[in-house]
Amino acid sequence: MLSFILQRTGVMILTAICLTFVVFFLTNLEPNLEKLAKEQANNRMTDEQVASWLEKNGYRRPVLVRYGEWLGGVVVGDFGHSTVFDTEVGPLVAKRLGYTGKLMFWVMIVMVPSALVVGILAGMREGSITDRSMSSVSILSTATPEYVSGVIFISVFATSFGGLKWFKASAASATNGITFENFTLPVLTMALYGMGYIARMTRASMAEVMTAQYIRTARLKGVSFRTIVIKHALRNALIAPFTVIMLQFPWLLTGVVIVESLFNYKGFGWTMVEAANNNDIELLLSCSIVAVVVVLATQLISDIGYVYLNPRIRVR
Amino acid sequence: MEPLGLTGIVSGILLQLLPVFVCLIIVIGLSIMFKKNLSLYGRLFDSTIGFIGFTIIAFWIVTALLANWIAPFDPSANSVTMSWAVPGAIEPKAETPYFLGGDKLGRDVFSRVIYGSQTVLAIAPAATLFAFMMGIVLGLPAGFIGGWRDTTLSFLANLVLAFPVILLFFLLVTPEIAKESLFSIGGIGFTLPQSIAMVLFLFPIIFMLVLFTSRFSTQPQKMWLYLLVTTVVGFWIYFGLVFDVDPVGFWSGLMDPNMLNIFVSVVFVNSPTVFRIVRGVTMDIKTRDYVAAAQTRGETSWYIMLWEILPNARGPLIVDFCLRIGYVTILLGTLGFFGLGVSSESADWGLTISDNRQTFLLAGVASKAHTIIAALTPALALMSLVLGLNLLADGLREQSLKD
Repeated sequence: MLSFILQRTGVMILTAICLTFVVFFLTNLEPNLEKLAKEQANNRMTDEQVASWLEKNGYRRPVLVRYGEWLGGVVVGDFGHSTVFDTEVGPLVAKRLGYTGKLMFWVMIVMVPSALVVGILAGMREGSITDRSMSSVSILSTATPEYVSGVIFISVFATSFGGLKWFKASAASATNGITFENFTLPVLTMALYGMGYIARMTRASMAEVMTAQYIRTARLKGVSFRTIVIKHALRNALIAPFTVIMLQFPWLLTGVVIVESLFNYKGFGWTMVEAANNNDIELLLSCSIVAVVVVLATQLISDIGYVYLNPRIRVR
Repeated sequence: MEPLGLTGIVSGILLQLLPVFVCLIIVIGLSIMFKKNLSLYGRLFDSTIGFIGFTIIAFWIVTALLANWIAPFDPSANSVTMSWAVPGAIEPKAETPYFLGGDKLGRDVFSRVIYGSQTVLAIAPAATLFAFMMGIVLGLPAGFIGGWRDTTLSFLANLVLAFPVILLFFLLVTPEIAKESLFSIGGIGFTLPQSIAMVLFLFPIIFMLVLFTSRFSTQPQKMWLYLLVTTVVGFWIYFGLVFDVDPVGFWSGLMDPNMLNIFVSVVFVNSPTVFRIVRGVTMDIKTRDYVAAAQTRGETSWYIMLWEILPNARGPLIVDFCLRIGYVTILLGTLGFFGLGVSSESADWGLTISDNRQTFLLAGVASKAHTIIAALTPALALMSLVLGLNLLADGLREQSLKD
């Protein structure tokens, strides 16, 4: 098991190096550098001024040398300097990730249980009316991206158009303290899109388990339907959704960016948008490291968790 | 003039959409009449879900095709007097109502939603098709032959999959990158999207060429004819789309630099997933008896992959194709939402949602509650299209499992 984890960590580091180099290359393309120079110095610079600014600030040295310098800094824990926020990248990203962590925590609390309940209710009696209606709900939720459901929620719950002014359309104040009023809509918006997919996977897995021999045996023995579902089916049916939930994390990253811009919540996604809009090279590199680690770490956890949940599978 | 009431608006919109409904009824009627001869497509009409999904998608396709006749106004025509007009307000010059009101610049919301369907329905299926061609050409050998090819390709696929999609779009889909040339050969500059497109767009041609070579290698005459036709037509389209040069001028202007940029990025992020699906299905199917039989007959690897394995993998691939168009639609909406790669004039749904949402939240406009309709309508349009695609995929899955 240990060598398995070590091997995966090695792959993770290799991937992170490849990806950050791609990001570095893209951010150092001529138009992007020009954008950076204009944002940093003066918006109305002439081409010559841009060129001399870039020369003066060391952006003209070979790309590989500068990438090497950045990489050397990362190894000793120095993630560089953010041009747009004018601070150290490390503490900045950590702080913003903390805000996003809060959002994710509440999203998970809302999304996972509701998705599992919908999936199990739909899958335990395949083809019934409950199944049909629950499946329709989950299809509808997968068809509603965050920027659609967000606008709908805002119009219904936060404006005079829907008449219900229950919540706020902006979560900007949530960085100071979460309240029911400013955090409900972002959490709901994000949870809704991911919910449908998990619910559909749970349904499929539950429906498959319900046709298994041991369920039929239990039924023939006269065990009540309730006990069958809770004691026999549930545990086996939850293996597949576990993997799906873990693999859902990377997906949530795009969602985080959309929801945080939509509700003006200044977390990690919002920071990434700011960094990209202003071509903040070192901040973008750190953002991509975070993204890679999130994607690959969740893959690793889901693989390991799968082994523990399903004793039929063994890691070599 | 007095604005129309609710009944006036609803009946007006329905009347405006009448040509669409007529076309829909004809298409569905004909399909049901001949459904026995239409295999999987015909059986789609047996499942309620598939039927509903098909109807929604057909509605949007017909709407996009007939947009010029349906939309009462030019989608980018500004009008000072109609800024934030209420739904049903009458435009003084044309004396036709703005059924869903006007936006900030006084453009007709209804017409913009109708025209917005054109961009989505032009790019999404085409980009998905390209991603599939690429995924198939690379995924089949990775799954069938395995070895170092599989290891390399899988690592590359995982690399792209680990990349945060949204970051890639922010870096790649900016108008400046589409203009600046990355390198030049013989004095002709190539931009970054063009250089990626040069590689990506080769895959459909390779796919067709290998397809015909492996099938007709015993009938050289037929093979060379097919190869010649594919090469000529393929490279005509290739040069037209990638470099905007083609002698007839049919393709020119279809792909402006921004469009190419979006297209390339969307194909790029979608092909690894298709690759993984194709690879997985291939590894499953290659152990079947008919593959062993073909190998014993002495067929080439590519023949087995393209003419034995691929047709038998069509079930999951067709289903994923529909789902993926839906996903690409969402992705295009996301791009528009962040204003990436679309001009501010365009009627793109994502862009319209974002624009109107922002102005709506400003204090001055918030008192006019109806203005949210301008953001709500494209949102609902996009949602219904994706919903239709998901339902269609479910219907197809249901029907293809019945075999």
